Amino acid sequence: MLKKNHIQSLLLCMLVLSLVMVVSCGKQAPGPGEAADQPGMTESELSDAERAAREAERQAAIEEQEIEARRKAEQEAGLTAAEARQQFVNEKVYFGFDDSALSPEARDALRDKIEWLRANPDRCVIIEGHCDERGTDEYNLALGSRRAESVKSFIVKSGIDASRLSTISYGEERPAVEGSNEEAWAKNRRAEFQFTRCR
Amino acid sequence: MKKSSRVFFKIIACAWILVFGAICQTSAADYDYINISEPFSQKVPIAVPVFKSMSVAPEEEQIARDAAGQLAEALAYTGYFKLIDHGAFLERPAEKGVTMEALNFKNWRDIGAELLITGGVRYEAGVLQMEFRLFDPFRAELLVGKRYTSPADDVRQMVLRFADQVIARLTGRQGLFDSRIAFVMGDADGKAVYTCDFDGRNLRRLTKPQPIVVGPAWHPNLGSIAYTAYTDDRPEIYTVNISSQEVTKLVDFEGINITPAWLPDGSGLAATLAFEGDEEIYLLTREGKVDKRLTKSWGVDVSPSFSPDGKRMVFVSSRSGSPQLYVKEISSGRIRRLTYEGRYNTQPDWSPGGDRIVYSGMKDGSIDIYVVDVNTGEVSRLTRQAGDNEAPSWSPDGSMIVFSSTRTGSSRLFVMTASGTNQRMLLDMDGKQQLPDWSPARAN
Repeated sequence: MLKKNHIQSLLLCMLVLSLVMVVSCGKQAPGPGEAADQPGMTESELSDAERAAREAERQAAIEEQEIEARRKAEQEAGLTAAEARQQFVNEKVYFGFDDSALSPEARDALRDKIEWLRANPDRCVIIEGHCDERGTDEYNLALGSRRAESVKSFIVKSGIDASRLSTISYGEERPAVEGSNEEAWAKNRRAEFQFTRCR
Repeated sequence: MKKSSRVFFKIIACAWILVFGAICQTSAADYDYINISEPFSQKVPIAVPVFKSMSVAPEEEQIARDAAGQLAEALAYTGYFKLIDHGAFLERPAEKGVTMEALNFKNWRDIGAELLITGGVRYEAGVLQMEFRLFDPFRAELLVGKRYTSPADDVRQMVLRFADQVIARLTGRQGLFDSRIAFVMGDADGKAVYTCDFDGRNLRRLTKPQPIVVGPAWHPNLGSIAYTAYTDDRPEIYTVNISSQEVTKLVDFEGINITPAWLPDGSGLAATLAFEGDEEIYLLTREGKVDKRLTKSWGVDVSPSFSPDGKRMVFVSSRSGSPQLYVKEISSGRIRRLTYEGRYNTQPDWSPGGDRIVYSGMKDGSIDIYVVDVNTGEVSRLTRQAGDNEAPSWSPDGSMIVFSSTRTGSSRLFVMTASGTNQRMLLDMDGKQQLPDWSPARAN
């Protein structure tokens, strides 16, 4: 019983090995200069304009695909354009105490927003930075600014035009929820998005 | 007080000094009544008996009683003195007389009065005249004597002016009785910049109510207050003229424009701006144009306050990961960290004496007032277990500190001595009072 199994395994191994060899032989790349030296084959430079046009075409196609994908995703999620827009505004980005660094959750939320901004290139937004009630007023105004700037910088790095984004800090002046407990504070340490007229 | 009457006071006071001059000169440099290094540890017993009505005018009695009461209150406010109860007095200057000749200093020594103030009131043909004398009963010596005359009913102004003379005579420093406190008050209508006298009286609203107002800061000439407001829906720095209440936009860069602080000579101001994408402190001209950038570190740099000579600046920076105080020497650009205790130290205010900085620090979730020695770095805590205590600001003579506290619920203004004693509410009123800034000393 054991012996028979061993023989079968050996045969299987040999079969696999031979297959691998056949595949790698077929994929063997030509040596340097071989392709160009082949008779009957020509090579020419594409003009810059042509290349740019193709690149633009390629980008447009990708963009179209993205928009289509987004539309499909939205449809599948049951989201109309208006709902997507609403979600863009409603979804907030949260921060830790005395922190303006973006958590993985915050980055995820921002990636959604970046997609929406890509899909809606004619929209401009104000990024609001907010703080919880702890801490002192002036420092919180500066910290709110830092949070808004940190969000803006993340979005700009993804390729969204900086001129579409502006920032404002409200410090601790406009809490999202009232209350003096960790639950309320966590909801108040946030960045919010509002639409604005493009400059 | 109107300017004209102030000038008038000065003239009269000068004349009076001539009368007493010879006596006063002998001990002018002798300030040992109040121990400047530990001024609040031992309060000086002082007697302020009812003033004397000098003529037969019926109004005088009331004024004499009120004025003595107001003077006693003003002096007690400083935390330097212990008022001796009227019931203990062995003689009544209001009947016997208020001059050195009429007084029996033994009567005052026997009740432990290290200082005695007598006053006289004359109210004739609508002209108010008051005279004040500060005595040392133990040396049987007149320390200060002043007479004030005014056609207006200026009892409070006269009393406070003499109180300033008393403090100047006893400590060698100008008093705080003509100082004012700027602050932000918020109610259902919004927030606005207000001012009140050193003791909370004469409340005035300077600006229209708006959704958000922060950081009022006196100009060193006391003629205007700079502050940040969202008048145009974003934080920009404005100034409001104290007398005309005219508001001017001063700094409006992209991003935040907050925490204005004037150079002590008024030649410019520092503020935190973020137009370069990062919160940095800039030195601005008096017209609000950028002169130079004073900080250069990623993260928050905010809340500048200058040393009295304008050569150094303390500010808050998060460069080490948490907000801490740093001192920058303006000429060399050298920066050193000042606070190491705690993870949250903000709102510094440099003392008029130049040796200390008061600030708010967070520990175990509550915010308290601390003082740090600029040279040694030694920290002392001034408030504890009494809500959140924020935004401290020195009185112009450095003897007191105003701050906001939530110890009674909503944010209220409180004052205390520079060593943290005599903590009391400055203004008992509705709404939320915060971010006080005590006016700087009047330039002479």
